[in-house]
Amino acid sequence: MTDSHEIEPAHGGHHGELVPDEPIANPGMPEHLPRPTDVDPKKEKRAELQVAAFFGLSAICTVLFAVAYFTLDIGSNWHTFGGVGASTVALGATLGLSMLFIGIAIIHWARKLMGDHEIVEMRHPAYSEEVDRVRALDDLKIGFEETGIARRPLIRNSALGALALLGVPAVVLLRDLGTLPGDALEHTIWGQGGRKIKIIEDGKEVEVEVPLMRIARDAIGTPILASDLEIGDLVNAQPEVLFNPGRYYVEPADVHGHELQTHKSKASLILLRMEPRDLKPGKGREDWDVNGIVAYSKICTHVGCPISLNERTTHHLLCPCHQSTFDLADSGRVVFGPAGRPLPQLPIAVDEQGYLVAQSDFTEPVGPSYWERDYERDRFAEDD
Amino acid sequence: MKTSDVASTNGSEPATPKRGAKTAGAVATWADDRLGLAKATKGLSLRKVFPDHWSFMLGEIALWSFVVLLLTGVFLTLFFDPSMAEVTYNGSYDPLRGVEMSRAMASTLEISFDVRGGLLMRQMHHWAAMIFIAAMMIHLLRVYLTGAFRKPREINWIIGCLLLLLGTIEGFTGYSLPDDLLSGTGVRAADGFMKASPVIGTYMSFFLFGGEFPGDQIIPRFYAIHILLIPGILLALITAHLILVVYHKHTQWPGPGKTEENVVGPPLMPIYMAKAGGFFFIVFGMTALLGGLFSLNPVWKYGPYDPSKVTAGSQPDWYMGWPDGLLRIIPPWETHIFGVTLSWNIMLPILIAPPLLLMVLIALPFLESWITGDKREHHLLQRPRNAPTRTAVMAALITFYGLSWAAGGNDIIAIKLHLSINQITYFLRGAVIIGPILAFIITRRWCISLQRHDEAKLLHGYETGVIVRSPDGGYAEKHLPISEEAAYVLTARDREEVYSPNGTSDDSGVAAPGGRRAAIAGKVRGKLSALMFADNVQKPTAEELHESQHHAEHELHELEHQISAGPNKHGPSSDH
Repeated sequence: MTDSHEIEPAHGGHHGELVPDEPIANPGMPEHLPRPTDVDPKKEKRAELQVAAFFGLSAICTVLFAVAYFTLDIGSNWHTFGGVGASTVALGATLGLSMLFIGIAIIHWARKLMGDHEIVEMRHPAYSEEVDRVRALDDLKIGFEETGIARRPLIRNSALGALALLGVPAVVLLRDLGTLPGDALEHTIWGQGGRKIKIIEDGKEVEVEVPLMRIARDAIGTPILASDLEIGDLVNAQPEVLFNPGRYYVEPADVHGHELQTHKSKASLILLRMEPRDLKPGKGREDWDVNGIVAYSKICTHVGCPISLNERTTHHLLCPCHQSTFDLADSGRVVFGPAGRPLPQLPIAVDEQGYLVAQSDFTEPVGPSYWERDYERDRFAEDD
Repeated sequence: MKTSDVASTNGSEPATPKRGAKTAGAVATWADDRLGLAKATKGLSLRKVFPDHWSFMLGEIALWSFVVLLLTGVFLTLFFDPSMAEVTYNGSYDPLRGVEMSRAMASTLEISFDVRGGLLMRQMHHWAAMIFIAAMMIHLLRVYLTGAFRKPREINWIIGCLLLLLGTIEGFTGYSLPDDLLSGTGVRAADGFMKASPVIGTYMSFFLFGGEFPGDQIIPRFYAIHILLIPGILLALITAHLILVVYHKHTQWPGPGKTEENVVGPPLMPIYMAKAGGFFFIVFGMTALLGGLFSLNPVWKYGPYDPSKVTAGSQPDWYMGWPDGLLRIIPPWETHIFGVTLSWNIMLPILIAPPLLLMVLIALPFLESWITGDKREHHLLQRPRNAPTRTAVMAALITFYGLSWAAGGNDIIAIKLHLSINQITYFLRGAVIIGPILAFIITRRWCISLQRHDEAKLLHGYETGVIVRSPDGGYAEKHLPISEEAAYVLTARDREEVYSPNGTSDDSGVAAPGGRRAAIAGKVRGKLSALMFADNVQKPTAEELHESQHHAEHELHELEHQISAGPNKHGPSSDH
């Protein structure tokens, strides 16, 4: 510590002048007192036996672990023993205890039998010895001078420029991580209904109009008759194309696996039938319902959770993730919570067989907000 | 008893090298002949001192749970298949047989129901992760509240903060891997967070998910991040963290014989090795018991991820709870301007608040040393009460954290306590602002009154609980002086000075030729320094202590006199 004062910043010294005498001098290390096991051979022997016993208990548990592994079946008994199965419980308990006993044995050994003397070690300041520091700084200085980097700004700047440009490959290489967003977020598979496509039939190209997209019950996929819904009914729905792609001229592979997940993450729908007089249709949305049946996106406009909790008397729909609440009787307006936009509404109608269909795709992007999302365009759509 | 009497032995046997020690010595010599170990480790000693205190164990819990994570994690990689290819589940778990799911989910079920010990390892891994992060946080509190972050340990503080950040990301990527309904909902929210980022949000989302959410890439990519990238960085940072602990030598509490210049405690070998090594088995054993007896994250009950489904009461793992809470209580702020959308309702709670809090944490040591102007090394710890403003700052941060966390469970609170979720949310919107301010004020005053209590103990002795009635009917409590050791510990701290910007030279040693800006900085520093120190109780000087002890002695005599003369004559005065 003696040389520390040379490097200590100059102002460090003035503390010494201002600080009055310490009120109490450091009394020094207290006297070391022996433990009972240090002086009593009987107690020492007993501690020794205790340590050995803990190791022994651990060994027993380890053997039991192996026994449990080979005797207890898994798979069929998952619902027993706290819902995790007898095997898991037995393996966890035996492994845990065998470990705990080793830990207890070692710590008991350390506390009772190993030397318990406290040692005093001197500290050294974190910085290097002055000679080493000077040498290192000199080396650094000489090294830098020999590169001549300070005198040759052209080399320095061109080197820095070249190195900085290496960031480009690092970024460019990431390009193929995924497709570009394009306008993918502005469309859902509901738009596949009602479009006109050209197909080859008998070697001739003919134009076909794809039927309007039927609204199908989630999970089972049956289309929904408007007359089947009672007042107060809430139905989770999906576009029928997910269950019957052929009817909409869509390849089955496009509605399978992760493609299916992607479609569901945007197309999931909530259908609710309410008293038509309760409904306050938004501007330009007068014909978006069918006898009080309204359809809204199920995907929350906050961060995209599916909204599932319905309050029947108020027509309010609550998101279970962050409690945004939307009023389905009033264009999906946000009545509570963090969501910044109303739930997108799907204009619906009935087809000639009485099934509910979507008149078109959603007129605004569904799901969470994003930077490029143009809110002005939504209003324009509403005014249409 | 003299210490030398028992110094060389633990028992009755003489301390001569036994066969074991001889063998160990021979092995060490053999190794040194070839590797020069003793030379390479010059300056390091197997008898290196580690001070002992229960609070020094908290970081160890984090370290050992990380080791448990590595061990159980390696086991899980042997069976887990991080693929999002669609399969039909056909394993042992009846309720999901025949259900379409990703390979990731199917192999998670396989680990849980068809691999013996698999569910135990999965649950141990998850429990260890929760303990890892909890232990890091509590360790952080210990280091902050005792002033252990001060010079020369600021770099280790930063490393620790980064470990906490990385541990959290590691936890999130880990619990997302099974591709179950609950974690998928979390990934869905993460997709929303990314999309809310200005300008590049949708691109980030499309690139991370390999196209449109959810795509078929996110699980394999999270897997690479979870088992390779972040553990690698964690391992490197933990190593650096420990090397610095060894290099700086551990801090210690002030006490008799303990100074800024020394470190007192048992040696690394054998005591610290045995205690720390034994503690590894304790942490491992506790994790195994938790994993075997307490179910967590039962993904088989949630089922595979489906973007159209969600369970009520969806909650992330606990350490993700506080940003999730902010996300719940944020008002619906969205700005639509120039054809773009700024989602403040996502950016503020997720993209701004957590990184900001991390930066505040990292800045704390530097902020404090700038205000105090203290550039000395510190190895003696401070009691939280002796740094009232510092302690109050952490109390404010913790209050903010705790209230945000509570907001993350607002639905659960509403159901369990039969409260309106709307009212809880409105309350918490105000409370996350007002609560920390109140916590700051209360904690600071609380610390200062504890300091006053300490001062009273030092100057007037401790309260014996013996009430004495004087002949004229007055009551007084008898005080007795505390021991010299206890008195020393109370005074073993620095005197603090409020920085005054009017001095001629800048105390921080930074030359201030800039004039105005430096003057403003100096003024701010002076104000902050006053806030930090002005109300603190400083330890008495030697004269003050002497005088008050003399005074207290006099009072005591008077009381004793009253006791012997007054109605308490038969009381137990002599026992105290």
